Amino acid sequence: MNWIILLTPLAAAVLIALLTHPHKRLSVAVSISACFISFISTLMLVFDLGALPLGSFTWVNLPEQSLIIEIGAMNDPLAHMMLLVVTGVGLCIHFFAYGYMKEDPGLSRFFAKLSLFMFSMLGIVLANNLVMMFIFWELVGVSSYFLIGFWFQRPSAAEASKKAFIVNRVGDFGFLLGILGVWWMFQSVDFTVLSGKVDAMQEGSGASQNLINWMVFGLFMGCMGKSAMVPLHVWLPDAMEGPTPVSALIHAATMVAAGVYMLCRIFFILELAPSTMEIIAWIGIGTALMAALIATQQNDIKKILAYSTLSQLGYMVAAVGIGAVVASMFHLTTHAFFKALLFLGAGSVIHALHHEQDMWKMGGLKSKMPVTFWTFLIGTAALAGVPVITSGFWSKEEILIAAWHDHKGVFVIGLITAGLTAFYMTRLFLVAFLGKERSDVVAGAHESPMVMKLPLILLAILAIIAGWKFIGIANFIDPGFDPNHEDGFIVLILSIVMLIIGVGGALGLYWNKDKDPISLSAFANKFYFDEIYHLTIVRGQNAWAKALDWVDQWVIGAVFVRGLSEFCGMAGGLLRLIQGGNLQAYVFIFVLGVLFVCYWILFRAPGGL
Amino acid sequence: MIGMAGVMVRRNLIVIYMCLELMLNAANLALISFSRFSAERFGPEAAMEGQILVFFIITVAAAEVAVGLALIVALYRSRQTTNVNELSEMRF
Repeated sequence: MNWIILLTPLAAAVLIALLTHPHKRLSVAVSISACFISFISTLMLVFDLGALPLGSFTWVNLPEQSLIIEIGAMNDPLAHMMLLVVTGVGLCIHFFAYGYMKEDPGLSRFFAKLSLFMFSMLGIVLANNLVMMFIFWELVGVSSYFLIGFWFQRPSAAEASKKAFIVNRVGDFGFLLGILGVWWMFQSVDFTVLSGKVDAMQEGSGASQNLINWMVFGLFMGCMGKSAMVPLHVWLPDAMEGPTPVSALIHAATMVAAGVYMLCRIFFILELAPSTMEIIAWIGIGTALMAALIATQQNDIKKILAYSTLSQLGYMVAAVGIGAVVASMFHLTTHAFFKALLFLGAGSVIHALHHEQDMWKMGGLKSKMPVTFWTFLIGTAALAGVPVITSGFWSKEEILIAAWHDHKGVFVIGLITAGLTAFYMTRLFLVAFLGKERSDVVAGAHESPMVMKLPLILLAILAIIAGWKFIGIANFIDPGFDPNHEDGFIVLILSIVMLIIGVGGALGLYWNKDKDPISLSAFANKFYFDEIYHLTIVRGQNAWAKALDWVDQWVIGAVFVRGLSEFCGMAGGLLRLIQGGNLQAYVFIFVLGVLFVCYWILFRAPGGL
Repeated sequence: MIGMAGVMVRRNLIVIYMCLELMLNAANLALISFSRFSAERFGPEAAMEGQILVFFIITVAAAEVAVGLALIVALYRSRQTTNVNELSEMRF
């Protein structure tokens, strides 16, 4: 069995936690080599270099309830692609993280958690049934919680980790209901079996469409939590409290993509519910637009990237919603490369500026950090979708073309979002890297060490070439996929126009500016989502908690617990008075009792006198 | 009645004890005389129950006297008194 891919990161996490954590460099080496071994075995598996097929075993077997849960692995192009992304990008980020976190006292702990995350994420990718996927889904949630709250001494980081965990819980609840629905309806949770059953069902459908819609929506709720769709998106920007490599790995490249991956994996079930697909498309594209709008008014370099991640995830989900699975996975892959690149670039800047994250205090970094500058430029170009040369262009184009064919509403909003993306990324780049030095920390900035530069360069190369047709990522996912479209030209022209508008607008507004010339409070305040949640959910919950506290204190505590004990105590106190220690008194009472019994038996009891 | 009054009034444990014995013997007497009435009314078989009960009471009373007197002797040895008013440590 070739479970090396999955189990080495777990082994590394356990090893570091139990044995090597006092030795920082050794722990780092263990974690990185585990990731490296995973990457090599993935390559062997994907390119068929003598890797044994992944075996499986039955974990739960209840034939009467037709509940059979395997621990097994999918072995298809979708999983292969995702494995490559997770291990490949993961490896780059492991190296970068060593450079970034070198001075941190919790270095061993950090790498142990990173390895734990790799294990959970690879588990999601490999899972061949919904239950196994759910287990690793939760594991990913937990490792994300650990990593966001890595600097737990900071209250904001601790809060952010709790928020991420709790918001995800809402989505996971829906996911669990969805899984139960699937099992109830199809009597199986295995992807291969399910696929066959769904095909059979389409011919003679018996189940109610309403039920299917709700079931699919439940599954989508899992995606909404993990991939941070509106209205469960609030955790992702806060998750930027974690160390920057974590943001790059978890909250840009891999974990948040898990939701999209899950949707692609169960796409055959989604197809049963066209109306829910419509909702998915609208939620996705709505998230894309809203996040892009918010991103135009943020000042924290990581927050901008976080919102752009939200926006791009919205694209992917919308693509699944309109049925363009291959385009969605394609965009997921290229996005993983260039967004990891952007986050690592931001990390490099933050590292050089001693943890300064406000981009208005940066500027003039071109000569100081040339490698970071150029790689960040490539990342920006890829995210904005500069035509032909960058990967982001090709994958976004696939989504837009699919939307052009199937769903004009999504297309229009997607196009606007593309323009906004170009706008805010140009703004970020102009303000953070160009212009004059706007604070003292910039003067002391210097280029990052080799261990951080190398991943940047590698990811920059990937961010460019991953979209090219002869690399063929889209065809790798689906061999039958045809990248040539007849209407491609119109879409191409339109998106180039939007790109020019976006970049031009940003250049006009932000060239050589020292502070933000426009101020839109709704965008800057993230459309008041946190405030609304605070007013409704947090307040409501507090009121409910107070009511329950009252019941606990006065009904359960006072009446049942203290009331009973007080009653017994008082009864005891009263009865105690009788026991005066006078034998004659006892006898007197006893005789009275005897007389009473005699009286009762003789005159009162039935059959008496 | 004399026995019961003695139990209720006297303070000396041995006297109380003797009064208890008095009550038992009074009960025996009553049983014997009632069994006599029963024999006159319902025939000689009916007298048996009362008489058997008397023998039981005599036996049990003998055992009880042995145990009770032993307890009183033990109590006297440890407390040097048989006055019940002074033996009130067991109250609350």
